[in-house]
Amino acid sequence: MAATMSLEIVTIERKVYEADDVEMVIAPGVEGEMGILPRHTPVLTALKPGELIIRRSGGVEEPFAIGGGFMEVRPDKVIVLADTAEHVDEIDIERAEAARQRAERLLREGPPPGGPSLAEIRQALMRHEVRIKVVRRRRRHRAGPSSMGPDEMSAG
Amino acid sequence: MSTVREIKRRIKSVKNIGQVTRAMEAVSASKMRRAQERTLASRPFAEKAREVLGYIAAQPAGGELPHPLLQQRPVKQVGLILITPDRGLAGPLVSNILRVAFRFIDNSPAPVQIIAVGRKGRDFMLRHGPPLYAEFPRPPDALQVTDISPIARLAIDAYLEGTFDQVFVCYTDFVNTMTQRPVIRQLLPIQPEPDAHLPADFLIEPSPAAVLDHLLPAMVEMQVYQAVLEAHASEHSARMVAMRNATENAEQLVEDLTLTYNKARQEAITKEILDIAGGVEALRQAMERA
Repeated sequence: MAATMSLEIVTIERKVYEADDVEMVIAPGVEGEMGILPRHTPVLTALKPGELIIRRSGGVEEPFAIGGGFMEVRPDKVIVLADTAEHVDEIDIERAEAARQRAERLLREGPPPGGPSLAEIRQALMRHEVRIKVVRRRRRHRAGPSSMGPDEMSAG
Repeated sequence: MSTVREIKRRIKSVKNIGQVTRAMEAVSASKMRRAQERTLASRPFAEKAREVLGYIAAQPAGGELPHPLLQQRPVKQVGLILITPDRGLAGPLVSNILRVAFRFIDNSPAPVQIIAVGRKGRDFMLRHGPPLYAEFPRPPDALQVTDISPIARLAIDAYLEGTFDQVFVCYTDFVNTMTQRPVIRQLLPIQPEPDAHLPADFLIEPSPAAVLDHLLPAMVEMQVYQAVLEAHASEHSARMVAMRNATENAEQLVEDLTLTYNKARQEAITKEILDIAGGVEALRQAMERA
């Protein structure tokens, strides 16, 4: 049996996810994607908005869209403190698409007075694009030959 | 007769009031529980964030300036985020928090400006207090971080551009259903807890400053978020207790009124009997004389 580690994803609002049998974590570090295996050297790193993939034992894969944050890596444990974190199955693709278009329109027309700043709109756009990307990738995955069941959202 | 009918009408209306206050008590009780659950749910993040901050702050800075949100500056202007309910009917909650806020303002060595969250505090400060710097509506009970991020951002911006050299947050801490304590906590600059420690030597990527750039604003948001949740829980529990008292008073009043009503009814009956007896007696005497 391959070595495993435990993992937690927490946001300000709640603990989003918790698992004990994680074989690998792929996280969007600010300086590029990072693959974390058990017995990794301790690291604290900032994350950018992107896709966080958790591989659990038995080939189960859990993709999350996270909106930036940071991650603490210990040899036996990974803790992700995210601004936002959504499991792929929680994402409403139509709403994400609508939000993306709204953000794009705001970028074209310039930020409204008194509203969010340009940088914030760019951030939001990035987050929405990540969510859409995560869902699309998952769908392709499922359409192809896959050993995955329809629902493996059983935490811990 | 009119007094008996009037008393009856009063009993009915007091009973109605009692029903309303009992319903409000139940509503407040469930809202209070939900706010408490949310507070608990945000605790893991809070603990972890504090730990990491303590760890990074304890690192040798290597000649770098501390992160702007950690920098202590001479205090010339103070901001106070005042979290209050929108509505009354919550017993002494609002006056308690305003008293604490005023003590803070009076004792502050530098002039204070108010960032009002919730209408009660705003209205009072407009009339009697220092100038308002900004005002926000009371965040909804189904609180999300996005509801309070404008407040946190405003505080951070005002601090970074030097409008305020310190920002405090004033809210009511939920101790238990009977006790809510108004408190004032420092929000900015952030004070790391040096005793927090992590069990290992970490590589920090890409740099401590970059991690702090993410961590510190998130911590400010988290503190505001938790303060609002505590304030919500306090508001609902204070209202619950106030409404329970009101219900009990209504019941007591109904009891008293019922007693008065019965007395008045008895009196009326006695009077009628006396009238009849008197009439009969008069009739008898008149017949005897005839």
